[in-house]
Amino acid sequence: MKEILIILMSVIIVDNFVLSKFLGICPFLGVSKKLDAAVGMSLAVTFVMIIATAVTYPIYKFLLVKYNLEYLETIVFILVIASLVQLVEIILKKYVPILQRSLGIYLPLITTNCAVLGVTLLNIKDEYTYIHSLVNSLGAGIGFLLAMVLFSGIRQRIEHNNIPLSFKGVPSILIAASIVALSFMGFGGVIEGMFV
Amino acid sequence: MIENIIPITIVVGIGLLAGIILTIASKLMAVEVNEAVNKVHEALPGVNCGACGFSGCEDYAKNIIDDKTVKTNLCTPGGSEVAMKISNILGIDFQAVVGLQAIVKCSGTLGNTSYVMEYEGLQSCAANKLFYRGRGACHNACLGYGDCTSVCEFDAIKVVDNVAHVDKSKCVGCGMCVAKCPQHIIKIMPASQKIFVRCSSTDSGGYTKSVCKAGCISCKKCEKVCPVEAIMVKNNYARIDVEKCIGCKKCMEVCPVNVIHLVRE
Repeated sequence: MKEILIILMSVIIVDNFVLSKFLGICPFLGVSKKLDAAVGMSLAVTFVMIIATAVTYPIYKFLLVKYNLEYLETIVFILVIASLVQLVEIILKKYVPILQRSLGIYLPLITTNCAVLGVTLLNIKDEYTYIHSLVNSLGAGIGFLLAMVLFSGIRQRIEHNNIPLSFKGVPSILIAASIVALSFMGFGGVIEGMFV
Repeated sequence: MIENIIPITIVVGIGLLAGIILTIASKLMAVEVNEAVNKVHEALPGVNCGACGFSGCEDYAKNIIDDKTVKTNLCTPGGSEVAMKISNILGIDFQAVVGLQAIVKCSGTLGNTSYVMEYEGLQSCAANKLFYRGRGACHNACLGYGDCTSVCEFDAIKVVDNVAHVDKSKCVGCGMCVAKCPQHIIKIMPASQKIFVRCSSTDSGGYTKSVCKAGCISCKKCEKVCPVEAIMVKNNYARIDVEKCIGCKKCMEVCPVNVIHLVRE
């Protein structure tokens, strides 16, 4: 139980996927303009991350390791993730059309999102067990949600400010994002002290 | 070469398996898309304002096709032109759109009323309303920061002299400003209605008179003189029932503060 809490805390706050590991910046900058779009995107990403881990982890352990093919992990994972997202979209469209209408537009965006591939590869690298990998993906998704919601609030404030013409738009957002990332650095070392 | 057979087989195998699963899934779980829905959707303006009562143009298109009782003349931004196109696509009778307009029920210009604060924060009505009750001395004043202007797709509402005004020639009655106004003082009424009370003040008559020169003081003179009982004072301000109003203008003549106005064409 303690390990699960440690994993969750570290991947949500200390090692936040977007703000510390700098994965998944594309949707972070692109979709964070409106709060409901940001939340929808993060939920879709969390969902895909968990399912991707659930499928790729056994494939790695029982197929790739068995035949000494660990070097194939990148290609195989991308293949699996892409087809998985397509399958999820087909299932959603048929059985839960409401969800498809709100989250459906983000699914193609998430397919080759480096955050999803990152979480599956990092699960292998950090040598987590199956349960811990799933918890790690859940935490990664929640961390993504946290970063998106925080940043969308900041963006709404920046919108009404007087910004010099050369900084208007993406430059000001990038600067704001880097400051937020800097602030998250302050969480380093918090986990070790917490669960001692 | 032989050692490469296994990895190649594995990758190709996974790819083939994924392809087969996806093909089967797409055939088994295919969703029928009605062509007619797309045609109707293309005829609609695509503003997604919700004036028709559905959650966006796609939803309205879907409901027009699925449900025979849904009228084709509900799209106010599109107007009768769009209603005509939809009737042609479906092959049913054409019904003209009931024209709607938005009106701002506040006369609190700089000359008529005063402010209770000097606000230096986020220049938005919703933000200003968080402090105390907004900057107006009246509880239901137009705050004049233009949230309505920013949401209007037709450039029909502007803030003049710190009160929002609707340009009737551009307004289509979609209702987006109504939803955005944090004071809830913008109302939608039929385009045929010419007379309205330009005040939403729920404060008592005495208080209203002390804070705004043009506010409704609920004296009820209009109520007494109306021949069809269309105007009533409820909750300290007068309102006109548009179904009953015949446009005789008697209420306008007796109003002591001149808060009942004609819609400027």
